[in-house]
Formats: sequence, structure tokens, C-alpha cells
Amino acid sequence: MAQQHEKYYVPASSPWPIVGAIGLGLIAFGAGHTVIDMKNEATDGWGTNVLLGGVAVMIVMLFGWFRDQINESMSGLYSNQLGHSYRQGMSWFIFSEIMFFAAFFGALFYARVIAVEWLGGAGNNAMTNEVLWPAFEAHWPLTETPGGTKSGEMGWFGLPLYNTIILIVSSFTCHFAHVGLEKNNRKQLTLWLGITIVLGCIFLYLQGAEYVHAYQDLGLTLDSGVYGNTFYMLTGFHGLHVTLGTLMLIIMFLRVIKGHFTPDNHFAFQATSWYWHFVDVVWVCLFIFVYIL
Amino acid sequence: MSTVAGEMDHNDHHHHAPSGFTRWLFTTNHKDIGSMYLWFSFIMFLVGGSMAMVIRAELFQPGLQLVDPHFFNQMTTVHGLIMVFGAVMPAFTGLANWMVPLMIGAPDMALPRMNNWSFWILPFAFAILLASLFMEGGGPAFGWTFYAPLSTTYSSDSTALFVFSVHIMGISSIMGAINVIVTIMNMRAPGMTYMKMPLFVWTWFITAFLLIAVMPVLAGAVTMVLTDKYFGTSFFDAAGGGDPVLFQHIFWFFGHPEVYIMILPSFGIISAIIPAFSRKRLFGYSSMVYATAAIAGLSFIVWAHHMFTTGMPVAAEIFFMYATMLISVPTGVKVFNWVATMWRGSITFETPMLFALAFVILFTIGGFSGLMLAITPVDFQYHDTYFVVAHFHYVLVSGAIFSIMAAAYYWLPKWTGHMYDETLAKWHFWCSLISVNLLFFPMHFAGLAGMPRRIPDYSLQFADINQIVSIGGFAFGLSQLIFLWVVIKCARGGEKAPAKPWEGAEGLEWTVPSPAPYHTFETPPEVK
Repeated sequence: MAQQHEKYYVPASSPWPIVGAIGLGLIAFGAGHTVIDMKNEATDGWGTNVLLGGVAVMIVMLFGWFRDQINESMSGLYSNQLGHSYRQGMSWFIFSEIMFFAAFFGALFYARVIAVEWLGGAGNNAMTNEVLWPAFEAHWPLTETPGGTKSGEMGWFGLPLYNTIILIVSSFTCHFAHVGLEKNNRKQLTLWLGITIVLGCIFLYLQGAEYVHAYQDLGLTLDSGVYGNTFYMLTGFHGLHVTLGTLMLIIMFLRVIKGHFTPDNHFAFQATSWYWHFVDVVWVCLFIFVYIL
Repeated sequence: MSTVAGEMDHNDHHHHAPSGFTRWLFTTNHKDIGSMYLWFSFIMFLVGGSMAMVIRAELFQPGLQLVDPHFFNQMTTVHGLIMVFGAVMPAFTGLANWMVPLMIGAPDMALPRMNNWSFWILPFAFAILLASLFMEGGGPAFGWTFYAPLSTTYSSDSTALFVFSVHIMGISSIMGAINVIVTIMNMRAPGMTYMKMPLFVWTWFITAFLLIAVMPVLAGAVTMVLTDKYFGTSFFDAAGGGDPVLFQHIFWFFGHPEVYIMILPSFGIISAIIPAFSRKRLFGYSSMVYATAAIAGLSFIVWAHHMFTTGMPVAAEIFFMYATMLISVPTGVKVFNWVATMWRGSITFETPMLFALAFVILFTIGGFSGLMLAITPVDFQYHDTYFVVAHFHYVLVSGAIFSIMAAAYYWLPKWTGHMYDETLAKWHFWCSLISVNLLFFPMHFAGLAGMPRRIPDYSLQFADINQIVSIGGFAFGLSQLIFLWVVIKCARGGEKAPAKPWEGAEGLEWTVPSPAPYHTFETPPEVK
């Protein structure tokens, strides 16, 4: 632990956490009431206003918090040890994200391997099928639920395959940008980072197009049984993460243009790049387990 | 930028706490944040405790007298949620905030601003949860485990608020855990190798890993409940190809590591206190570390022992039964080591030690009833009875809560600079000890005789037991007010505490003055 002798920077105090807490509180309260109002078809919409207010507060908080941190970092207050803290913190955060997706992958595997099979009479569940769902036959993708909801099935060829290629390529371009930064080749950095952002946006656009296709042509919707549920929840949360990742990349791009980051001091860039690779790996798992198999 | 740097430099050198209420809102100081966590957890303990008093008042006699069944269900639900997420977990996070940097010789937590954020979102989460009780149709009434379809098809309108408040609690726990784990990995003083860390640090290290691994799974579970209830998905609905049992699998994949999250830091506390008051080194330090890691590892493969009656295949039931029983091996190692530490020690019985001793005995009782519950065939009899309630209250109240009390008494002199009132503290201990057993021990018998949990009424033959239990409950609740009194008295004054008030205590936290200065270990100490 040789690096311990450097002084560890502890900010004296900061208003941003409490602002962030208020923002998050408003978001939770507002989102809760928005959802309840939707269910009850109430239209006064104050829940949504609270939610949007919370989002606004969060945006202010993120700007303020990151501005402080960028200023501190640019003025050389950060030691190597603090850099380690940030990197480790980001790694553990990504680990927590992996576990979040694991819950939904777990639901997918359980539904597919156990729940649907049992409803179809597998194991010692012959009577479940016979008495409760006599017309139901187990199959995956579950294009007809035990309750009788029908839906189409999303193939892997076409849009999903293009998206897979786009995202994998974007992981490489992101890496090239990172290499450029480490070699202090700003041109390479800017170029590849820009390409990565474009690829991220194309992915999101195609994902949106795929949803439209699924809803309009295939009749595959969020409420069309557990196949649609797992499909939309997994790809939807992944899409949210790609959106967040793209936003992070755009912020990195703006900072690169402003001349931020040096070959040895670029935690924010590195964290964004890790996040992007993580999003890519999740997609590969999705492509295999949701689309192909 | 130089002005910014100058300002920061200046701030770095002030050693006095800033004043005014913004100190608490804006703070980045691990001690301030630790204190806020501890006070918040105590307030939640009293709020959750009052709900338990409502439950015990209703159950004082058979029949329905005080509250209607729907409200009773809300009380059991919110009591559980508050005690788990609002009392026990924040108390441990508060202790970690206060003690981990002091124990490893770090100037603060690794990510001080995030530390403040992870605390301050908690009051908002619980405000939302408690507010939902006052909505039309009431708050959550499906038990803290929110099994589907109780939480989906049959729950009240306010469920969305429950979902989002649990999300915030999860975010808070994850951020708190990331902070602890990074602090431990990255901020240890030179020479403080992993195998020299105090066990409280070790147990929290492993707990933080568990938290980061399973809190996101809880977030997934509540999200699926939200979409099942409000957006037409059918994760937990057979008609759509889902399965209510899937909910239980996901929930308990979170839930079982969660119960170890609520006991592993206790093991660390007890492993600090017993050696201190036995004036001996802890017996089997490294086996304690490995046992903690083994318990944490096993906690991921035992979840379905909560679900023996759901009709799983027999092979699964047998696997989960044996995996569960396996946990008693590392737990037994721990209990053995504590007893062996006391063997031929020069023991004195100050209040922290009394609570620690009670912990060892009462937690072991809870462990044994857990072993009984692990046996699949007999679990069919115990499932959803008061036997289960007795079991987890033994491990959580006379286990986790007692260890938190022990920790509070042990470190109060370090926190406040004053010795607490030993006489009052002993009153608190003995009242708590007697009442907690009066409260929870008879529940075993009620459960074995078949009294189901979470029901506001019961058959006449359970009346005597329930009266005893309720009296124990009220007594236990009142006893905690003594604790509040002791803490306030200690914070306001009392005999001056030396840097090391306990003769046999070991660790870096005792090398700094009492009360610990606002900033400690700005230059890391050298650990030999």
C-alpha cells in the first residue's frame, strides 16, 4: 500500500447530495402517483408534475456535482489513491447492474425451463395441465399463453442481428478511442469516440424501429404473456442503459473537445468506456438467450 | 483554478465541526454521517416498534378488538419493512461509517459525498412508505415479503409507492455498500493487511459484497411486481405463462443473503467485544474470517428453504435442506471461537459484554430453531406458524439488535467522550433480556401447536401464550426507552472517557482521543 502516503482528498462539505436526495424523493413519489393515476385513469396529472420536478432537480444536481468534481480534478486535488477509489466504485456499480439484469435473466430462464413446462404438464404436473389449462401446450417462444393470449415471435435475423453487429463494433471503436487517449492522440480519440456515439444512436433508433415492428406487425406487446414480458423488460432495460451510456459518451465527447483528460488522468472517460463495454456484453447475452435460443 | 485549490486546502485544515443545520445536510464527514444513520435507525426502531405494539395489543386476546384485519396486515408488513430496511440495516451502516475508517486508519470513507447521499435518500424512502399508509385503500398489507399475487392482484392502489420507496432503500444500500467495500480495499493504513483487519471490518467487507450482489435482485423483484400490477405483465401469473412461485425464488434469492447481511456485522461486533472483556485475544481469528466467507457463499444456495411447501421437486427440497444445514458448520465455528475466547479469560461484565453474552446464547437458540426449520419434512408443520416468527425474532432481535446495543455501549465513550451510566445501562440490559425472552420464547410453543402467523385472531387455546407474549412485548418496547435515556444522558455529559476506556480493548480506534476528533488519521498511522 505504498500510495497511502499521498494526501487523500476529502471535500469539506457539499450541497449536492441533499439536493440529489430531494430529487430522488420527488421522482419516487411522483413516479408512484403517476403509475397509480394511469391505472385509475385519473387525469389531473400532479404526480407526473412531481416526477418531472424531481427529474429537473436531479439534472441540476448532476450538473453541480460533476462540475465540482471536474474542477477539483482539473486543479490537481486528486491523488492516485482517490483514482483507485473511483475506479473500484465504478466496478462495483457495474457489478450491481449485472445483478439487476441477472434477476430478469433468472425470470426468463425460470419461465422458459420451469414455469411454462410445468403448465404444459411436465414433471408431476400432469393434473395442473389437465385440470387448469387443458388446451395449453408448452412451447417457447410462448406465442400462446395458457390464458389464450396470442402473439408473434421475434426472430434473430434482420434488425436484432444488425444491432448486435453495431453494438459489438461500437465496443471496439470505444476501445480505439481509449487507446487514442492513452497515446495522447487527440484526433484518434475524437474520431473514434464520435463514431461510437453515432453507432449508439443508430442502435437506439433500430431498437425503436424493432419495437414498432413488434407492436404493429407481430402483435408482440409488453402484456402478451411471459415471452413478451421478458422480451420487453430485458431489451427495455438494456435500451435504457444504452441511452444512459450514449449520454455519458456525449458528455465525454464535449469534455474531450474542451481539452479535458490526459493519458494518466481520465477516470470519467474510463468509467464511461467500462459502462459501454458492460452494456455490450449484456446485449450479447440478450441476443443469445432472448433472440436466438 | 488556483483559488479553488486554495480554498480546499484551507478547509482541509480545520478540525472543528461546522455549526448550524447545514452541517448535517451538507456534511461529508464519516462521523457525522454515521451519527445520522444511527439516530435515524433508532427513530425507525421506535416507529417499527410502535407498530409491533399495535400487533401485540390486538393479539392480547382472541377475537377482533382494536384494529380491523386490513390495518393489522399493514402493521405486520410495515413493521417488518421498517425494522429490516429502516432499523437494522441503517444501524449497521452507521456503525460502519463511524468505525471502519477509525479501525483501518483511514481519514474518511472513500467516497464522502456519495456517503451523504446514501444516507439522505433514506428519510425520503421511509416518508413515502409511511405516507402510503394514509392513502385511500391503505398502505402495503402483503407482508414484508410481498408475495405475489398478494402484492399484485390483491394489493391496494398505493403499491407503486411501496415499490419506489423500496427502490430508494436499495439504491441507498448499494451506494453505502460500495463505499464500505472501496474504503476497505483502498484506504487501509500502511501495514494494515487484510488478515490484520479487525473482524468488524472483515464482516462488513463481506456484507458489502452481499449487499451489492442482492439488492439489485430485490430491485428486479419489485419492478416485476410493479409491471405485473400496473402494466399487464404476467411474470407471476400462470395465465400468462408466469408463476407466483417465481416471485418467491427471486425474492428469496435476495432474501436469504439479506438475512446474513443483517447478522454478519453482528458477528464482527461480538468478535470485538468478547476478547476486550475477556482480556484475551480472539480465539481462531483466521477461522472466523473463513467462516464468515463460507456463510456468505452458502447464503446464495439456500434460498428455497423458505419455500419447502410450494411444491418444488423433491430433489430440490433435499438439496436446499442439506445446503442449509451446512451453514451450521461455519456458524458453529464462530460460536465455538467466542466461547473458547472466554475460556480462562479474565472476564468482567460491563454492559457491552452482557449484551454480547446474551447475543451468543440467544442467537444460538435462534440458530437451532433455524436448523429445525431447515429439515424439510418437519418444516411442513412449522411453515407460516409462530415458530418461524419466534425463530427469526431470536436471530434478529436478540441477535442483530442486541449486537447493535452492545456496539453502541462499547463505542459510546469513543463517540461522545463520556462514559455512559453503567447502572442505567444494566437496567436496560436486564429488562431487555427478560422481556425479550418473555416475548419470543412462548411463540415457539404457539407455533408448534399450530398458531399461524400474520392473522389478527386466533383460537381460544392460544390465549394464555399470547397474553404472556404481549406483556413481554410491551415490556421490551418500554425497556428501549431506557436505552434512549442512557444515550441522551451520555451525549450530554458524564464521566470523562479516556482514549481507551476498556482495559482489554484492541484496535486503532482506541489510539485516538475520546471523543474522536472531527478528522482522524489524516496522516495514516503505521500498523506493525
